[in-house]
Amino acid sequence: MPAAVIVFPGSNCDRDVAVALEAASGRPPAMVWHQESALPPSDLIVVPGGFSYGDYLRSGAMAAHSPIMRAVTARANAGTPVLGICNGFQILAEAGLLPGILMRNASLKFVCRDVDLRVERADTVFTSAYTQGEVLRVPVAHHDGNYFADPDTLQRLQDGGQIAFRYCDAGGNVTAAANPNGSIENIAGIVNAAGNVLGMMPHPERLADPLLGGTDGAPMFTALAEAIAA
Amino acid sequence: MKARIHITLKNGVLDPQGKAIQQALTGLAFDGVEEVRQGKYIEIELAASDTEAARAQVADMCEKLLANTVIENYDIEIVA
Amino acid sequence: MSNTEPRPEDLMGLSDGEYDTILDIMGRTPNFTELGIFSVMWSEHCSYKSSKKWLKTLPIDGPQVIQGPGENAGVVDIGDGQAAIFKIESHNHPSFIEPYQGAATGVGGILRDVFTMGARPVANLNALRFGSPDHPKTRHLVGGVVAGVGGYGNCIGVPTVGGEVNFDPSYNGNILVNAMTVGIASTDKIFYSAAAGVGLPVVYVGSKTGRDGIHGATMASAEFADDADEKRPTVQVGDPFTEKLLLEACLELMATDAIVAIQDMGAAGLTSSSVEMASKGDVGIELDIDRVPQRETGMSAYEIMLSESQERMLMVLHPGREDMARKIFEKWELDFAVIGVTNDSGHLTLLEGGETSADIPVPPLVAAAPEYDRPWTPTPPRPVINATEIDAPDDLGDVLTALIGGPELCSRRWVWEQYDHMVMGDTVVRPGGDAALVRVHGTGKGLAMATDCSPRYVFANPIEGGRQAVAEAWRNVTAVGATPLAVTNNLNFGNPERPEIMGQLVGSVQGMGEACEALDCPVVSGNVSLYNETNGSGILPTPVIGCVGVMADVAKAVTSEFKAVGETIFVIGETQGWLGCSLYQRHMTGDVAGAPPPVNLEAERKNGDLVRHLIADGVLTACHDVSDGGLAVAITEMAMASEASEKGAEIGAEINISPDIATHGWAFGEDQGRYVVTSSAPEAVSAAAAAAGVPARAIGMTVAATLTLPSTRPISVAELKALNERWLPDYMAAG
Repeated sequence: MPAAVIVFPGSNCDRDVAVALEAASGRPPAMVWHQESALPPSDLIVVPGGFSYGDYLRSGAMAAHSPIMRAVTARANAGTPVLGICNGFQILAEAGLLPGILMRNASLKFVCRDVDLRVERADTVFTSAYTQGEVLRVPVAHHDGNYFADPDTLQRLQDGGQIAFRYCDAGGNVTAAANPNGSIENIAGIVNAAGNVLGMMPHPERLADPLLGGTDGAPMFTALAEAIAA
Repeated sequence: MKARIHITLKNGVLDPQGKAIQQALTGLAFDGVEEVRQGKYIEIELAASDTEAARAQVADMCEKLLANTVIENYDIEIVA
Repeated sequence: MSNTEPRPEDLMGLSDGEYDTILDIMGRTPNFTELGIFSVMWSEHCSYKSSKKWLKTLPIDGPQVIQGPGENAGVVDIGDGQAAIFKIESHNHPSFIEPYQGAATGVGGILRDVFTMGARPVANLNALRFGSPDHPKTRHLVGGVVAGVGGYGNCIGVPTVGGEVNFDPSYNGNILVNAMTVGIASTDKIFYSAAAGVGLPVVYVGSKTGRDGIHGATMASAEFADDADEKRPTVQVGDPFTEKLLLEACLELMATDAIVAIQDMGAAGLTSSSVEMASKGDVGIELDIDRVPQRETGMSAYEIMLSESQERMLMVLHPGREDMARKIFEKWELDFAVIGVTNDSGHLTLLEGGETSADIPVPPLVAAAPEYDRPWTPTPPRPVINATEIDAPDDLGDVLTALIGGPELCSRRWVWEQYDHMVMGDTVVRPGGDAALVRVHGTGKGLAMATDCSPRYVFANPIEGGRQAVAEAWRNVTAVGATPLAVTNNLNFGNPERPEIMGQLVGSVQGMGEACEALDCPVVSGNVSLYNETNGSGILPTPVIGCVGVMADVAKAVTSEFKAVGETIFVIGETQGWLGCSLYQRHMTGDVAGAPPPVNLEAERKNGDLVRHLIADGVLTACHDVSDGGLAVAITEMAMASEASEKGAEIGAEINISPDIATHGWAFGEDQGRYVVTSSAPEAVSAAAAAAGVPARAIGMTVAATLTLPSTRPISVAELKALNERWLPDYMAAG
């Protein structure tokens, strides 16, 4: 079954992620408009990056209440893999599918550049093509990527192994200098307790084509394509 | 009637924008600015006529959309 | 003329003579609304009245040109049934008053100019000029403008891939914010503004109209006095989210055959869009003002016609298609209103409460727009300065580190990391090099693009400076391997009523025209911004060029950073050591003096054609054009851009020749028409250059970690990089 990409007014990485999914799986995903109330049959749901509703009020807040998000929540709870990238991560956090929230970058500035990420969990459906501790280079492009969770939540994330990616230097060291946005514990991506919902600020779909400067993001889509084809 | 809603960051949540404002004020020679916390102010015109019902409705709006209660508090004022 | 009524006290910026012409056209005293319409249509911004005479001399034709100047943007054929649509436009005055919103709405406006014509925007560029770093307003303006450019482009999801940022005290009271958009359309789906046909519905879509920016177009045509801060209420606020919806809705409607004509409401809003459509279509238009979607209450016809509220479009549809079009706009949650109809009256007629409240014949409103042959004096020629007339320090490395670590040549990373330069997934060459390269989605070909101007050269000699701006933009596009196709220009000058300023405009247009002609790169769109003066002190003449080129196979593109050690470094083009008007001269003497480097257009073309062929043949591994700071800076930039290898060392260079001219002139001379290239097949480079009759001199090799230039100590590339990256973030953080 094809993947489904949710499109909100103001989404702008919907096409980029569709290109990466099609390159990996050989077939285009279904693009689902936010006002739909039901999802087509699909084994993977992607909530793409962008500025849904202009990021007015709070990033992701209004999209989290779109009609389609009820269906996404139901499917997530039933175990379907859901990947939220950048604004998609913000939406999943606002929708309560992932704990914590993405706040304004500590620099107060939008930041667009390649960052190094350390893979903290290689046993999820999203990260199975990587090895634990591997360092990936993928870009970030956001204004509100500063991950925050209260101490109890953070403890639960750590205890439950829910931290999927951390910002690090090229050698894999998690340092303050390698943190592009002030995220607590250098957190770049987390999964829910069941491991089937991943939210991440970096854009793996942007470095999945050698002509664009790197392919470290491609294995995520290849792994997902294999998982949903199986 | 009208609802006036102030949304503020909870104590202990880092407020980089507030910090930047504080630094700017200090830079402009306003002495003694000890802390700045910034938030949002929202006005809503309501058809409701009962103050308490209006307050309950707006509280629901805050819980569901207007505030993110992970990091934000809200304060509602209803004016006729 | 028989009109005996006293003339209004406020002519809204019109001259007495212009008012007399209006009385002739109308045959009566115009009412307030009508006078407002004449005022904006005849403003410098809308009528180009000071520059038109000279703009007409520019080359605008070529086999690749589908649409030259006169529409919302220029259109160029890029093969395979596709067209590149692009334009550059200024938003200088609004950005000085409110930098974030001024810059943001500048980006929004130029995006609309491009998607109005049926193109999906694929890239934004800009050219920004600020006052001296020491000026108290500069830091605030840099921060606000950069955030505004990014805020709009990032949100709408169009990558900002290139541009320029420069500082000079002449911009202290008049910053320049020039924004450029490049879009791609099918050649059989290009939309124009002519409302041909009568009885057709005139449709308003987008945001509602408020009292934003009334008389913005006339503000753009006036000098600032010290009360510029008081002008804040006329600034518009941008809403990139709505523009994203408008973009998608327009492209969706354009895929049908419902649209006869479409025009964005930019400067002078509903007035200029309706007048353009009527004039180009040779029809009249009747607008029912009451039907215009309004955001505020109690707006007058004058305010509605002159509002510059953003994110709005005016369309003329085929009759019977209104409902289908309405459904598309309602899906995107945008206002849609039929506000008028075309007719055969030849007049623009406004209805209010069913009564006619304004009635202006369109042809004379457009045709009688003033065109001035303003007096001008040529810029006096300056003497040529020999390199030996300028001192040289013992170690040229000190000059190099000062230049690359200072405001002129420091890294602009702090700026472009605030721009999403990768969204849309086709950015092949990112910002920071010569030209950006954006792949045409779904194909292997790409568009290369760059903006350029060296105002200090233009000030010294407008003709050479005009040629140089075109040549450098052309060279930048060439340096990645693309074939330049056409340019767009943004002419930023001071007060044209001063003959010496007018002389700068005339000279630089002449120089541009010569270069465009010689390089087969016609002008297809552009914008003029005059009166960039505060209290009689004008900006440096700044005719910015945006150049777009096409590349058949983006996989063959070459970037500027050194790739490997052990490769041969060549200079393509002739080095004479020209230090007049150079950054070296300014650093050493504190002055920009003498004649600027001349541009030999024949050599420019030959050198560029050679470089392009070498890239197509896969002979070059890196290529960088030589501009500000000369060879020493170009080579240093190629080293600084190189990636640290696994072992941690960047790639430097050892330049092992003894120049046959003064070493400081060789290192820092700004002779034109040159490139630094690297190759692992040096014989192939030499042979091709000899065959083409182009000077190509091997000057050294790439080596690990350090850079050694003639008369310099070896300098660590990592150290240079740190120095180069430090200035701008440190400057911005110091506020």
